[in-house]
Amino acid sequence: MALFKKEFIIDSNDPMSYGQASSSFKKTLKQLGVAPAIIKRTSIAMYEAEINTIIHGGGGTGSVVIENDHIEIIFEDHGPGIADIDLAMQEGYSTASTEIREMGFGAGLGLPNIQKNSSNFKIESKPGEGTKVTIRIDL
Amino acid sequence: MTVLKHSVILDKDKCLGCTNCIAHCPTEAIRVRQGKAYIIAERCIDCGECIRVCPHHAKKAQSHTLEALKQYDFTVAIPAPTLYGQFRDHTSIDMILTALKKVGFDDIFEAAEAADIVTAKLKKMLKTKDKNVPWISSSCPAIVRLIQIRFPDLLEQVVNIESPMEIAARIIKNEIYPDKKNIGVFFISPCPAKITAVRNPIGSKVSAVDGVIAINEIFLDLQTAVHSLDSIEELGKASSWGISWARSEGESHSTEWTETVAVDGIGNVIKFLEELENGKIKHVDFIEAMACPGGCVGGALTVENPYICKARIIRKAAKVKRPPEERNKTEKRDNLLMMDAELSPAETLKLDNDFKTALEKMSRIEQYTEELPGLDCGSCGAPTCRALAEDIVNGCAKKNDCIFVLRNEIKDLTENLAELGSWMPPLFSKDGKKK
Repeated sequence: MALFKKEFIIDSNDPMSYGQASSSFKKTLKQLGVAPAIIKRTSIAMYEAEINTIIHGGGGTGSVVIENDHIEIIFEDHGPGIADIDLAMQEGYSTASTEIREMGFGAGLGLPNIQKNSSNFKIESKPGEGTKVTIRIDL
Repeated sequence: MTVLKHSVILDKDKCLGCTNCIAHCPTEAIRVRQGKAYIIAERCIDCGECIRVCPHHAKKAQSHTLEALKQYDFTVAIPAPTLYGQFRDHTSIDMILTALKKVGFDDIFEAAEAADIVTAKLKKMLKTKDKNVPWISSSCPAIVRLIQIRFPDLLEQVVNIESPMEIAARIIKNEIYPDKKNIGVFFISPCPAKITAVRNPIGSKVSAVDGVIAINEIFLDLQTAVHSLDSIEELGKASSWGISWARSEGESHSTEWTETVAVDGIGNVIKFLEELENGKIKHVDFIEAMACPGGCVGGALTVENPYICKARIIRKAAKVKRPPEERNKTEKRDNLLMMDAELSPAETLKLDNDFKTALEKMSRIEQYTEELPGLDCGSCGAPTCRALAEDIVNGCAKKNDCIFVLRNEIKDLTENLAELGSWMPPLFSKDGKKK
């Protein structure tokens, strides 16, 4: 059994709540006394993944698990899915709408940024069914 | 754990035990216990938010008075530029500085002049693009402490230049009056955070400042002195840039750097730093962050309305045409300008030193948070339901401190009692009595 587990509902209809799951988990990590450098990496990776779940996936669920030696973050949505994951991983590539870009998102840096900040990063996606990202950060 | 030497204190007689302050404290440092507010020392950043919101004026700051000058043979005042905005436009900066001498100081060194010196250093720093960008200003001590407590991962981005107050005091003692014996250096302060910064310095081991007098403490004496000046000395040396540090955007504009941003008001700063942590703030090299609304003009120990003060600062600064002459001297002053102690995280939020115990506590906090009503009403004396959950797990509160939990328990108890009362033991007769 995980030492700590928490689940989140990611609601895409409420712009005020964008980033709320990451913010709340960040506070948890600070209270646990996790090293600042790890908090920084986790915050960035989790925030980017949360935003992706909202703007591309149309919302979904998130979960965080803390074990003795690592953190695991999972976001899952039932959105359009990613047709070409390799292409999506390229810096600067984005399918975000103009509207989303005007809100300051969708610069095509999200996925590369998650990869940069995580110890292990996995995307599973099927077009038309949805996307699941798993982020592991070693402690 | 270091215990801070605070300046914000509670006047117990005036405190009604209402919950105004606990809800506004940015570090959740206040609880109501036994009917009175109680400040958790290691969490307080002396921002003065509670002083501002207390309707009963029960929160105040401990500042020196002019009496303290008597302990010294020679005294120098370092007035914060915010002081200039407490007086109307026709009271010039030189008049205010001359009045300071009249109320007892032997000499003056403007904090604004030291701000000019910091500006020169900042400009150099910004030109050498560094991995730590965006830099975060270190001039507001409440913000530096906020970062130590709530944003430890951003500490390495805090500029390691001392505050203008500290630099002014170091220059007075090391360069201007190195041979003076028993010299007392006093900062004239708009806020409690500066008082604490002297008692318990952040970036230096010992502060060169000997005392801090709040603006609202000295104001009446100064006003009287301003009205009875025989002559006006030309004491002002700071440039318009340095004077502008009193208000938000003053510091960031003075760097003449394009990619800067100014954030004021502690709630806004917290929101901004959250976004910075998330990697959402881009194309910014320097962040000026001030705890008070409008910058130092909004300090909790000022007299004048912050916006009036800000407008006056803008007008008074515009009248000053001299260039920041001190800027050229910074080269050989590095030892006076830089912090000599490292900024370390204040681990006051940490639940336990042992990671496993901390995790176990965290799981229980989550559990209690689920069970509490989530109204954040403050009636339990904690600012939020989650804060109460944390207090319960840390052993300093009980679940029944929540009036809704208590009410439910009473209801359950009453129902159980009623049920027990209606239960008829077999030996009893129909009317419920044993003859």
